Amino acid sequence: MFSRTFKKRLRETLAGYAYLLPALAVLASFRIIPIILSVRVSLYDWGMAGPRGFVGFANYLAVLTDAVFWRSLLNTGWYMVFTVPALVAFSLGIAILLNQRVRGLGAYRTIYYLPVVTSIVAVSIVWRWILHPDRGLLNYILSWVGADGLRWLQDPRGLFQLILGDTGNRLPELLRGPSIAMCSLILMGIWKGLGYNIVIFLAGLQNIPKTYYEAARIDGAGRWRTFRSITWPLISPTTYYILIMSSIVAFETFAQVWIMTGPPAGGPLSTTKVVMYYFYEQSFELWRLGYGASIAFFAFLIILALTLFQRFVLERRVHYG
Amino acid sequence: MARLRARNLPVHFLLILGGVGMVLPFFWMVSTSLKTPLEALRFPPTWVPTVFQWANYAEVFRQIPLLRYMGNTLFITFASLMGVLLTGILAAYAFARFRFPGREATFMLFLALMMIPLPVYLVPSYMILFQLGWIDTYAAMIVPWTVNIFGIFLLRQHFKQLPEDLFDAARMDGCSRLGTLFRIVLPLSKPPIVTITVFNVIGSWNSFFWPLIVTNSDSIRPLQVGLAYFSREQSTNYTLLMAATTMAIIPLIVLFFFAQRQIIQSQARSGLKE
Repeated sequence: MFSRTFKKRLRETLAGYAYLLPALAVLASFRIIPIILSVRVSLYDWGMAGPRGFVGFANYLAVLTDAVFWRSLLNTGWYMVFTVPALVAFSLGIAILLNQRVRGLGAYRTIYYLPVVTSIVAVSIVWRWILHPDRGLLNYILSWVGADGLRWLQDPRGLFQLILGDTGNRLPELLRGPSIAMCSLILMGIWKGLGYNIVIFLAGLQNIPKTYYEAARIDGAGRWRTFRSITWPLISPTTYYILIMSSIVAFETFAQVWIMTGPPAGGPLSTTKVVMYYFYEQSFELWRLGYGASIAFFAFLIILALTLFQRFVLERRVHYG
Repeated sequence: MARLRARNLPVHFLLILGGVGMVLPFFWMVSTSLKTPLEALRFPPTWVPTVFQWANYAEVFRQIPLLRYMGNTLFITFASLMGVLLTGILAAYAFARFRFPGREATFMLFLALMMIPLPVYLVPSYMILFQLGWIDTYAAMIVPWTVNIFGIFLLRQHFKQLPEDLFDAARMDGCSRLGTLFRIVLPLSKPPIVTITVFNVIGSWNSFFWPLIVTNSDSIRPLQVGLAYFSREQSTNYTLLMAATTMAIIPLIVLFFFAQRQIIQSQARSGLKE
């Protein structure tokens, strides 16, 4: 009898792993083994033709003292700091407007969603044209209100530097803000990401019971008060999800830089060279694979730190109804 | 009713303003694609081309094998989707319906892998593909992407919710495990399968980083990579670039208009936790 149940369990175990096998084989070959290998690669001076010698932690130390690496971190940081909150604010705002039982909800939603289904490559090519310094549509529109056009993707000046004028020129590099070129990418990033976040927020808003709003109206709460006391706390799980998703997307910014900036890409003056692009350039243009693997390791640490921060600091403020 | 509409007027104003901002780049793309190079560079610009230059579109085909790129993308998208569904359905079924030691640990491992950013496994994956002799082949763009962990997660949730009676009944009727999966479980699993299909088609149609790295030759390039190289080679030839870009985005836009409900619902569902 024992052996019969044992046989049955053994058979179920074997069947279980047999069903998992295809997925496991692919993940082992292209995720698990590579992750382990990447540690090894990072400890070598590894070129296109293979390892050229064991260097210990030299790659990691070199990354930490590499000014361009720190610049790329700053660039990615600026991109995230500007894109993520703007996405949350604008998409929540638009979702609230759409949630007012407006006519033509479907049409609006479709329009705002168009950039989401369009590839980042296509979008980048179109925006590079729109941002053309002499012939671009954006500068033309700005000229309607008498504003001087900017050289957008070619302008290395920092945003705060530009706003503050002479004082701005004396700011240290760290405080100059994202370059105008980076602001161009930020602007496009917001435009592209809005639709996805609107749809997610809209689904969240529709989950808030109508009775809360009725109660608020009876109590004579104004619009702002209703938003602060009902919408904002009850939508917080969605906001939290959007914060995480858009941070990850922002961190992985790459194609925009490859297509829109430069030449050389990442310019002007490396102000749009984000971490992902720097990783790509070192690994697959200069073929410094060991160095690239070290950059990847730090990228992983940053994403991990970000996830932990969001999980333990921000999630405490999330109100799961 | 009239009062309601008057109150909504500023709402519509804001939404339309935003909507114009959303559509304008698309309009500008199509408009430029139909101009002569000279008219495209006119400043202040013309909104509508004076004479529609349809020849720009034909010229694109003379310069790059756009249809070939699209065919490549279509093949890669379809093949990896088949892989994702096959590996995903089998794995999720095991996770949801079998009892065996190591099941939960393996599932946690899968979820943990989802957290690892692309750069960490990209360099060694490239080396593995190189060892296999797969660099610059379709396999390099398909095989590593035949597992979608998020898809496994979705399917597992769904399989778990199916009533136990269903499986008991199948067992009584002498239906095998695989038979139960294909004849009973799958017909009841349309929503997660549609969601995975939507995500995967959009994802592989638009993927850029990976194919950029694992391909060298033009004949094998997927659409996005071919288009990106075209934009570097013809960086100032805006009329041709816009014509190529217009053609590159039409398939997904058309798909979006037909499957709008499924696409938007799928994405909204992915955002709802629990």
